Amino acid sequence: MTDVSPSELMVIVAARELKDKETILVGVGIPNLAANLAKKLQAPGLNMVYESGAVGSNPSRMPLSIGDPCLVTGAKSICSMYEQFAYYLQGGRIDVGFLGGAQIDKYGNINSTIIGTYKAPKVRLPGSGGACDIASNVKKIIVITPHEKRRFVEKVDFKSSPGFIDGKENWSKLGLQGGGPYAVITNLCTMKFDQKTGEMMVVALQPGVTIEKVQENTPWKLKVADKLESTPAPTEKEIATLRSLDPTKIYLG
Amino acid sequence: MTSDKMMTMKEAVSKFVKDGDSIYLAGFTHMIPFAAGHEIIRQKRKDLTLLRATPDIIYDQMIAAGCAKKLVFSYAGNPGVGSLRCFRRSLEKSIPRPLEIEEYTHFGLSGRLFAGATKMPFLPMRTNIGSDLPPENPLIKTIKSPYSDEVVSTVPPLNPDVAVVHVQRADVNGNSHIWGIIGEQKDAAFAAKKVIVSCEEIVDESVIRSDPNRTLIPDFVVHAVVHEPWCAHPSYTQGYYDRDNEFYMQWDDVTKEHDTTMKYMDEWVFGVEDRAQYMSKMPSSKILKLTPKTAYSTPVSYGSV
Repeated sequence: MTDVSPSELMVIVAARELKDKETILVGVGIPNLAANLAKKLQAPGLNMVYESGAVGSNPSRMPLSIGDPCLVTGAKSICSMYEQFAYYLQGGRIDVGFLGGAQIDKYGNINSTIIGTYKAPKVRLPGSGGACDIASNVKKIIVITPHEKRRFVEKVDFKSSPGFIDGKENWSKLGLQGGGPYAVITNLCTMKFDQKTGEMMVVALQPGVTIEKVQENTPWKLKVADKLESTPAPTEKEIATLRSLDPTKIYLG
Repeated sequence: MTSDKMMTMKEAVSKFVKDGDSIYLAGFTHMIPFAAGHEIIRQKRKDLTLLRATPDIIYDQMIAAGCAKKLVFSYAGNPGVGSLRCFRRSLEKSIPRPLEIEEYTHFGLSGRLFAGATKMPFLPMRTNIGSDLPPENPLIKTIKSPYSDEVVSTVPPLNPDVAVVHVQRADVNGNSHIWGIIGEQKDAAFAAKKVIVSCEEIVDESVIRSDPNRTLIPDFVVHAVVHEPWCAHPSYTQGYYDRDNEFYMQWDDVTKEHDTTMKYMDEWVFGVEDRAQYMSKMPSSKILKLTPKTAYSTPVSYGSV
């Protein structure tokens, strides 16, 4: 097997989660690569939607921002910012949304706002942008993140985007129309969420990784699925296709 | 071709932007009117409330220059790069002055403009609930539906004192053709009390009337029309010049310290008279690099019997 970098591995594993004909709300960087990779492989009919209002984009190069002009050239449709959130997200037209953040906790709540307290932040991060709107309305939230202790915390400092809050029971009472967090894909493992409690749960280990290593890099006692799987190693085709998408390695360090 | 609305950016800012105003420089990544921001900085406007979903580099510059008292926003980052350092210095260290903030999600802020443009007292939406933002921003509330037991989030209307909207082409009265990412341009123009349109090209009214679906902003909401080519650089104007991604990446280094930021401003903002002079300083190799390939749409017929 060709050696793959941790970023390449995460993109390949995330791409496998996407199905043909699904509509995906994509961010720049790693999620954009995952969506483009899936489109070149098992999901040619994937609809890529960007929160800038570009719908059905076919970018010819890697966009630096979600409003890059290359997302407009040859797109299916362009709508206004309000229409994007109202018709597409709130209208329930988006299957999968990719989110990221500085912190994620055991119920899939994501923090992209502050480290510390809101009134006296230690670090001020960019804030929600569309993330909270995406988390509240898409059928599945997928998070791609390096598996580091500073990112995985038992409770986030600030819930920018709600996951299952403090468990699925209280989450259900909020009446959000979205399906909540679906998968967290790291360089060490793939986690999904317990159907009943909404707690994050390891379902598959990336090639060569032990469950002990995953636990060492997670500050709370992780729940593990009864049937723990091994992620199939990236294929030569997946690796070659991915590398052709980011030839100058802007995102695939 | 001229009209009493036609003026330079210097005249438009001098006439319509006052100290203490709330202003919305529109454009979601696309067509951000940097030339207007630079002119506001040169005219030393202060105590402004800056409104924008994505403050972007332009508000980072205006914050560094001390123009801002408050920022109303939903994503204060440099997309694909990282932080907006001047925004953070102002918020975390009060350099050059303290900054108040009022924060929303993208849907929340664009919904506020929609409510402002359509004169509604509030706008209901499915977001915010379950996040920690509403406790920090008391203007985000909830309401029970009058038709069911559903409870949804609400945001108040936003009516900026002034909006600046950059467009590809306009006629002398301000009828504006916009294409590409249309962001919150129309909403900001209809929500604002005063509207400055800047454009890459001034065209005859017949050009506007040949393609009315592309007219997002009609002349009767517009107060000033500024012919300002390259107004949006380092942002972009679809079909005219591409986004200067290199500049967005370099901005992170330029703004490492307040002093280094002001050094940039001395050269590129205070050191020039207007956008034309800014562009005359731009290396021609950069201009060539940002010149896009053409991709024309198929013409349509608007004919009738």
